[in-house]
Amino acid sequence: MDRREFTKLLGSMGLALVPGKAAASHPHGPLADGVGVLVDTTVCIGCRKCEWACNRSNNLPEEELSSFESKAAFDSYRRPDASHYTVVNEFKPNGEAIWAKTQCMHCEDPACVSACIVSAFKKRSDGVVAYDLSRCLGCRYCILACPFQIPAYEYDNAFTPQVRKCTFCIERLDEGKAPACVSICPVECLTYGKREELIELAHRKIERNPDRYVDHVYGEHEVGGTSWLYLSSVPMTELGFPDLGTDAVPCVTETIQHSIFKNFIPPIALFAFLCQIMWLTREHGNSDDAEKSDTVDAYGGGDEGGTAS
Amino acid sequence: MIEAAPIRHKFFTRGVYVLLAIALFGAFFAAKRFLYGIGAISNLNDQYPWGIWIAIDVASGVALAAGGFTTAALAHIFHRHRYAALVRPALLTALLGYTFVALGLMVDLGRFYNIWHPIMPSMWSGHSVLFEVGICVMIYLTVLYIEFLPIAVERFMGRVGLPGLLGSLNGLIEFLLRLFDRTLSRVMALFIVAGVLLSCLHQSSLGALMVIVPYKMHPLWHTPVLPLLFLLSAITVGFPMVILESIWASRSFGRKPEMHLLSSMGKAVSVMLFVYFSFKLGDMIIRGTLPWLLQPSLEAFMYLLEIIGGVVVPAVMLMSPKIRHSVPGLLASALMVVLGVVLNRINVFITAYTPVYATERYFPAIGEIAVTAGLIATLILMYRVMVMVFPVLAVETEADRAIDGRRDTQKGPPIKIAALAGRRNQ
Ligand code: SF4
Ligand code: SF4
Ligand code: SF4
Repeated sequence: MDRREFTKLLGSMGLALVPGKAAASHPHGPLADGVGVLVDTTVCIGCRKCEWACNRSNNLPEEELSSFESKAAFDSYRRPDASHYTVVNEFKPNGEAIWAKTQCMHCEDPACVSACIVSAFKKRSDGVVAYDLSRCLGCRYCILACPFQIPAYEYDNAFTPQVRKCTFCIERLDEGKAPACVSICPVECLTYGKREELIELAHRKIERNPDRYVDHVYGEHEVGGTSWLYLSSVPMTELGFPDLGTDAVPCVTETIQHSIFKNFIPPIALFAFLCQIMWLTREHGNSDDAEKSDTVDAYGGGDEGGTAS
Repeated sequence: MIEAAPIRHKFFTRGVYVLLAIALFGAFFAAKRFLYGIGAISNLNDQYPWGIWIAIDVASGVALAAGGFTTAALAHIFHRHRYAALVRPALLTALLGYTFVALGLMVDLGRFYNIWHPIMPSMWSGHSVLFEVGICVMIYLTVLYIEFLPIAVERFMGRVGLPGLLGSLNGLIEFLLRLFDRTLSRVMALFIVAGVLLSCLHQSSLGALMVIVPYKMHPLWHTPVLPLLFLLSAITVGFPMVILESIWASRSFGRKPEMHLLSSMGKAVSVMLFVYFSFKLGDMIIRGTLPWLLQPSLEAFMYLLEIIGGVVVPAVMLMSPKIRHSVPGLLASALMVVLGVVLNRINVFITAYTPVYATERYFPAIGEIAVTAGLIATLILMYRVMVMVFPVLAVETEADRAIDGRRDTQKGPPIKIAALAGRRNQ
């Protein structure tokens, strides 16, 4: 084993680690009959009833409905947290108020699902990204990974903290009902339905009212698509939404992961290779170690280290 | 021939008391975490779910424990047997390092009692980088303990003397130890190779962890080749850790460091640093991120500090035989490499990370620092205990001294040390 061989070994490992260019942008792809919600921010009146309904439906700390009528909440920008799965914020990009509701986007290729060490997050066949508390170890990698900064953690709970985020009102969906926030909305700002149909609906709306909307359905392609979709009169980045590309976030890591572990061939090959080196170089171990080490040193570099100290 | 033996030395010194105090301070905050939660002692929140417990306790801990696998590979796979004297201390550092990674996680994980979940086949998550890291670390930790077994067996074989009633078991235990000894020496080679393989896998995967946050990471550090860079830097930092540890342990126990071995390691490190540097530079050129360095920002400063202070300067220093052969010179350059890698992990996991909706910059709370410092102090104390109980550090025998004496005047043969357990020279 000389230095050249060693470099070759590193090179071959490196190759396995660099993802191929041909990586698909959707490791899993949009679901055929996933559901979703279309949020038309041009319709929203900022009544915050969805927040109240969400808290009630998900057994979050409840407050009086009337307390949600206060406009003081709009004074600062709020994010969903462990006891609020959805919040409405007010923006005035052109002077006039626009309200935007925020919650988990239920991504088509969710970073949280890809990240989770024990698959506590799963993408159900209906599109819901659901959390299974019984698996979770609280590593919070899902929180780190989410490009929308959605999952929240109960940092002040010493023994039984949970990851918290919009559940898409799973129980209501399973009963055939719409999510609580959608049901309560007094102005039909939120539309619940099949994601594909919602995308069609969104484009029809834009076509019919080109002056009302920017020609972009936020969530149709962002990070590989999301179940929640947004229409607006200004770019969504002006309503506090991140500017994201169309590649699913997990695609690079999963490509790396899959190339390292492709049928376990690379690890087994490396194992065999190391064993082989061990076998091939066993000679100069005991017998001629003395002469060898005079000229050949760690990684083949000769060194005068033997003479001084 | 027995080459290693437990150190006979006073356990309590002034340094030990200082370490004990640091450990206790950390334990106080750890206790607070188990009463009031992670939020009570840390600055972690929904913007910054990971802090120094991941960047230092886990990522740096794993990287700095790399001495275990690089030294094992050098001595046993590439058969540079003269380095065998360094294998045991490096193995012990790795063993303790990984054990403390697990201990640190017990503080950081919200539901620490579920830490074993990734072992369950029903929970396996092949798509998760963290799963790969977790499972490899668990298996590797087991392998490390198996690799350490011969040392434990050596300590007690032929010396089993349980008192009183238990005395009747002496013969049986003695028999078992001998059986162990024979089987272990046969299969140990496979475990050593497995250890190297597992290390390569999870050292690189640790880098892949942050690849999943392209929108939250500074372009100076976010690259798809992060796994490769992590692997290279882990391999590079292995020897400097062995160097540091040897020099410090010798100083603490009043022995002579194995300078002839350490200096040649130093030379190899210099080469590896240049390789690592060229990969870093190449990656930056390909991604066109060099202009980021010209903008005056904390990120640019930290990046330059990491690369110049932790890679370029020590690489140049180690090229000089004069520095390499002097104890302070070697110590200083090894320390710079080690700190450089720690800084790199901190940069990747903390400096580079900006939440989408950042309202503040993360800086560790006193509780986080105390827990991390406490873990490190306990680790050093455990190292001291272990080398005093188990035959880890090589002894300078009369024969060795004779060889060393010759070494001073001529190019003498290196110390011969049997491969696997130090004492088995078939
Ligand atoms: S928005 Fe975040 S939490 Fe929700 S599915 Fe996407 S990645 Fe997961
Ligand atoms: S915190 Fe829980 S849900 Fe999130 S990645 Fe860790 S184990 Fe999975
Ligand atoms: S879908 Fe349910 S959980 Fe999600 S924001 Fe609406 S009400 Fe809340």
